[in-house]
Amino acid sequence: MANKHSNHEDDAHHIMPFSVYVKVASALFILTILTVSAHQMHLGPWAAPVAFLIASVKAVLVMLFFMHLKYDNLTNRVIFATGFFFLALLFAISAIDIWTRIAQSTVL
Amino acid sequence: MAASASHSDKNYLNESSGIWSWLTTLDHKRIGIMYFISVLTFFLVGGIFALLIRLELFSPGKGLFTPDQYNQVMTYHGAIMVFMVIIPGIPAILGNFFLPLQIGAKDVAFPRLNLASWYLLMLGASMAVATMFLNKVDTGWTFYTPYSIRSSGSVVLMVIAAFIMGMSSVLTGLNFIVTVHKLRAPGMTMFRIPLFVWALYSTAILQVLATPVLGITLLLLVAERVLGVGIFDPKMGGDPVLFQHFFWFYSHPAVYIMILPAMGVISEILTTFSRKTIFGYTAIAFSSLGIAAVSFFVWGHHMFVSGQSEIAGILFSFLTMLVGVPTAIKMFNWLATLYKGSIQFQSPMLFALGFLFLFAIGGVTGIMLATIGLDVHFHDTYFVVAHFHYVMVGGTLMAIMGGFYYWFPKMFGKMYSEAAARMSFVFIFIGFNVTFFPQFILGSMGMPRRYFDYIPAYTQLNRISTVGSWMIAVGFLIGLYTIIKGLRSGAPAPANPWGSKTLEWTVTSPPPHHNFDVEPIVTAGPYEYR
Amino acid sequence: MSTDNHAHHFAHHFKNAEHEYQSSKEGIWLFMVTEILMFGGLFVGYAIFHSLYPEMFAEGAEHLDWKMGFINTLVLIFSSFTMALGIYYIQRDEKPKAVFNLALTILCGCIFMVIKYMEYSHKFHLGLFPGKWLDVAQTGAHHANLGLYYGFYYCMTGLHGTHVLIGMGLITWVLIRTLRGDFNPKYYTAVEGVGIFWHIVDLIWIFLFPLLYLVG
Repeated sequence: MANKHSNHEDDAHHIMPFSVYVKVASALFILTILTVSAHQMHLGPWAAPVAFLIASVKAVLVMLFFMHLKYDNLTNRVIFATGFFFLALLFAISAIDIWTRIAQSTVL
Repeated sequence: MAASASHSDKNYLNESSGIWSWLTTLDHKRIGIMYFISVLTFFLVGGIFALLIRLELFSPGKGLFTPDQYNQVMTYHGAIMVFMVIIPGIPAILGNFFLPLQIGAKDVAFPRLNLASWYLLMLGASMAVATMFLNKVDTGWTFYTPYSIRSSGSVVLMVIAAFIMGMSSVLTGLNFIVTVHKLRAPGMTMFRIPLFVWALYSTAILQVLATPVLGITLLLLVAERVLGVGIFDPKMGGDPVLFQHFFWFYSHPAVYIMILPAMGVISEILTTFSRKTIFGYTAIAFSSLGIAAVSFFVWGHHMFVSGQSEIAGILFSFLTMLVGVPTAIKMFNWLATLYKGSIQFQSPMLFALGFLFLFAIGGVTGIMLATIGLDVHFHDTYFVVAHFHYVMVGGTLMAIMGGFYYWFPKMFGKMYSEAAARMSFVFIFIGFNVTFFPQFILGSMGMPRRYFDYIPAYTQLNRISTVGSWMIAVGFLIGLYTIIKGLRSGAPAPANPWGSKTLEWTVTSPPPHHNFDVEPIVTAGPYEYR
Repeated sequence: MSTDNHAHHFAHHFKNAEHEYQSSKEGIWLFMVTEILMFGGLFVGYAIFHSLYPEMFAEGAEHLDWKMGFINTLVLIFSSFTMALGIYYIQRDEKPKAVFNLALTILCGCIFMVIKYMEYSHKFHLGLFPGKWLDVAQTGAHHANLGLYYGFYYCMTGLHGTHVLIGMGLITWVLIRTLRGDFNPKYYTAVEGVGIFWHIVDLIWIFLFPLLYLVG
């Protein structure tokens, strides 16, 4: 079935071609191998950000293709993205507190 | 068509009978009534604990309780009122009943999930009550570490109960969001929905986004107690203040879950009883969303003296000031609605006007507490206790009572005694101020909260406060009497006793099982009085 | 039999089956947001303590066998693939292949849990218990608060594992319904919903694997 998005409502029922699933699964396998290889490279302080970045790419592939978000409506995408935004908020401000505290304790 | 006739023969109350038809109902109206009965019961229990607290504090020294028992009483008062009364409160009772009606829908999006929410609340509430008969919890409703880790109370059971009740809240929020998005009647655009619906919608967003973080916080508390994971334990390199960050990330938005629906009710009552369209519909709608959004950024104002860093404190203080802006917009818009309106002083309006006065005081004292310099003095004193009772009781409880009287004729097809309702208002309003205004002064004088004792200098004001609590109790008993008498022998209610313009008043009182005989087609806004 | 595209009887408060489908999907996504925020809290806690105690976390990760974690990651990715295929074949009205893929998904879940069980037993054998139960002297730990790392390890993998089991239960339920002929190309909402849940389980593991296993 062709990948055209005719009208809005059809998109949710869009059938992903088999080949797309295979390609995404393969990409995920390769990225997993890449994750392990990156770890073997001992990137020091860069290790965590690199691992997180690769994991994020994998996550986006799962969300867009396996979870069909690429062909779903904007509302569902906004809904899901909002969750991540507020999670980031929880992290950001808690981290600000803890990290600015550590700096202070040496003064006291 | 029975638009203005008296109640028809068949309605949602009598279309099927027997307790089983209620316990397995999928009708949002019946579910709302079930919540009403449950929440009212929980409120009476929580209220008794409140009276016991005030009784203990009538005089310094030991009264009825040992210090440990007092800690238990204040914990149950808080936990019951927060988790079992005010959080479910307006959304579960009035929201369930009226959200579909106000948008012209036949039900909420997921009726079975709606029933499941009620059962989850009942399950959680049973577990919480069970702790009273096992090892009473004495940590305060906030379960702060490290004490909550060490306390011998049934903390794990209580916390799992709160988790389950949280699930109830999440599912209600999820249901309401999809209902508002997907089930509006033809012509009912987002800017024609009543402001009560905007309020419920904003609240639902909070319920879905914030409650899961409470969920994981409570699970971590269980893990800490059972497994000793150490995340909150300094001996293991953990941080007890992190518990507070996680806890308040939910619990601050939670207080907006408590107040936003109340503000929605006020918008409905003020327009109806001034027979005037709301001033600034769009501003109020966006303010509801704005309050919901900003509420996520301010949680650290509960933690100014907890040991969090100064930078975090300053950030939170500044952000907290921001939330006053949309709130104030609403207050001024409501006042502008009243201006040159044709005001009727029936009891729903009395409660709404009472709200405006009491919430103003509560809100302004909130800004005072947001000021770090002042909060250093006020934190953990009775000033804070007075502040949150002014907004939660003076605010939400007044709104729920006003809303309940407002919608009583629609829900039950009967009128209540206006004289009795007015008397309950007078006792509650005056009693409330007598109870809680002295507490602002006590707090400023330095009286700590959650203490079972105090220095003799505080006695006079404490006594006044306790007498006030008796007045509130009388007011609620009169209210209860009003409801029961109205249910038993109230005069039949017409479809639209108040002359309101929202959709629920176009159906019979009580409404038919399926809400609308014909799907409404909406061509105007909700408050077109003139 | 399965090609009978009878219209699904949708609930009365919806306009039509498509209206119900779109509403159900939205509800499912809202629920997934709550899962992200719940697990996310654990990740936030992890991130904070990892940054405070990098060497202690590295020591903890030493006892984790990255090869087992790697295999489990591939197993879950493959199970997401077969789950997506399960829906794919229902959309194409090929019931036997749908059933096969759903069953394969459950099998992958079993493999994941078996490997998890082996990992847990191995750690218990070494005395690597969570929090206060980890005996520093007995395990020869270099860091006194090693129990904190294992507290996170067991909480995060435990909560995740619970969701794997729940997911397996849900997939079994839709598998039975598929066998019964409940679904067809015009109605497969429940399968899609369960699928989205299963992909979330995979998503969380995609982050858990490097964060717990590949540290230091």
